[in-house]
Amino acid sequence: MATRALALPASFSLPTPLATVLRAVVLALLAFAIFGPLLNLLLWAFAERWYFPNKLPIEFGLTYWYRVFQPRGNALASLGTSVWIALLTVAFSLAVAIPAGYALARLKLPWRGAILLTFLLPQAVPNLPVYVNIAQVFYQIGLNGTILGVVLVHASHGLVLAVWIASAAFASVDVSLEEASRNLGASPWTCFRTVTLPLATPGLIASAIFVFLESLDEFTGTYFVGVPDVTTLPLLMFNATMGGNYQISSITALLLLIPSIGFMLVVERFLKADVLAMVGR
Amino acid sequence: MTSSAHASAQVLRGRGAALALIAPALAVVGIFFVAPLAMSVVVAFRAKDGGFTLEHFAKSFDLYGTDLLFTLAIVVVSTLLIGIVAIAIAGYLTLGEHPRTVAALRWLYRWPLFIPFVVAGQLMRTFLAKNGMLNHVLIGSGLIEPLSAQSLLDWRGIVIAFVWKQAPFVTLLLAGAMAALEPQHIEAARNLGARRLAVLIDIVLPQVRGTLLVGLVLSFVTMLSVLSVPLMINPNSPTMVTVDVAYRISTHADYPVANALCILSLLLAAVGAVFYLRHAAARVEAT
Repeated sequence: MATRALALPASFSLPTPLATVLRAVVLALLAFAIFGPLLNLLLWAFAERWYFPNKLPIEFGLTYWYRVFQPRGNALASLGTSVWIALLTVAFSLAVAIPAGYALARLKLPWRGAILLTFLLPQAVPNLPVYVNIAQVFYQIGLNGTILGVVLVHASHGLVLAVWIASAAFASVDVSLEEASRNLGASPWTCFRTVTLPLATPGLIASAIFVFLESLDEFTGTYFVGVPDVTTLPLLMFNATMGGNYQISSITALLLLIPSIGFMLVVERFLKADVLAMVGR
Repeated sequence: MTSSAHASAQVLRGRGAALALIAPALAVVGIFFVAPLAMSVVVAFRAKDGGFTLEHFAKSFDLYGTDLLFTLAIVVVSTLLIGIVAIAIAGYLTLGEHPRTVAALRWLYRWPLFIPFVVAGQLMRTFLAKNGMLNHVLIGSGLIEPLSAQSLLDWRGIVIAFVWKQAPFVTLLLAGAMAALEPQHIEAARNLGARRLAVLIDIVLPQVRGTLLVGLVLSFVTMLSVLSVPLMINPNSPTMVTVDVAYRISTHADYPVANALCILSLLLAAVGAVFYLRHAAARVEAT
């Protein structure tokens, strides 16, 4: 509703002051729609007491922050678990995605179309049936509720993005540079190590960040596979929300927001347009 | 692309090497994605005695028919709204003539881009509640009476959370595609006196239809799979199928019906996939 007005043609010949006011109003509405919920979260995170019908918290304070960050608190343990799982997921995903991405970008691959389609599946198919059945199998072989189980589930999903971006990153490396290095007598491995890999590094870092964030934020897979022993930050937040403890859940949500918003602000530095243009080719 | 493939054939010879490099990744996707998916189909159609049956589907429709429709409606409405918002914002970013507004909009729209669904659910749960910030602002600005304040934590809350979270993603894709268009086309049309809305609809949108479709289909499929948002905003019936699947498993350990529900949501996603494949096929033919 608010945004439709944005598409108003300029040659609609609104008087200039009116157009300025209109632009300001639409931007303000959009800003409220985007930042309102975030501001609300901030208020909850620092509210000591807040109940109906008060528009603002009755008392601000840090009591709940102490509770979240107390040395043996659940939140710090969950944060540690989340980061550890995300790092393992990145390591595992990149270890298999880098060779795969290189093969897709540079080598003659039989059934290339079918392989690309396979790597498309986890993004193009609802994941719920996968999690449900993995959880059942993992339960039988004792992987449910283990870090390894959760990492495998996160990696099977994160891998897809990693392969796509790695493949795009390798494809955007200028082939003539590789040829020059080979003509000067470098072995294939030396050429890859000293020319291709360094040039593809920004794209690979972007794919690592994507996988890290996806793992850090993942909820549904962990919900089915991680229970009851692996509590990541999103699960802790969910439990706090469902238990009606909005302060704890808001503080946990803030912890999850920091990397997400940080990445949003720098994403274009890592993911250049030339790499983006090669995704899915 | 082909020239690079030829050149690199020198770097690593043979298809065997290429397959060896890609095998681990394929194995991971095969074991942890394709196999469980196939298992879902088997479990959904298997009777207690091991034979073929449709009873789990009958039971699914019986118990959750309303929720299936509810899910479809929510996801379709959300997808349409995401499309409208993305077109409006990306269109203004491309055609807007007021540099400061364009800059502000570009800075503004992408904040929810990487915010996880589970956090979006938590944000909306407090923001849209009866005594949440939205109602306080509406009452404070005199737009509604205090007594007419209502909670939006039903289907509307789910739709708002979905649009809030997914619209920036589609906008990012769409704005990127629009920025890559030939500026001459747009300028020519503008010089001939076309209004900006007409330029957007008649000239810009047809050229970026593919990108828009990909973004919307990916969002459609993603939203079908989200468990946290409906669980946090509207867990009571009618609700989304994902909540029913979780309930079927955690409370009844009823894997057959849970898998039947999963297959049904796969079918909904397949409708989206058909759109996508049609477009992909058209693009292959065009090149």
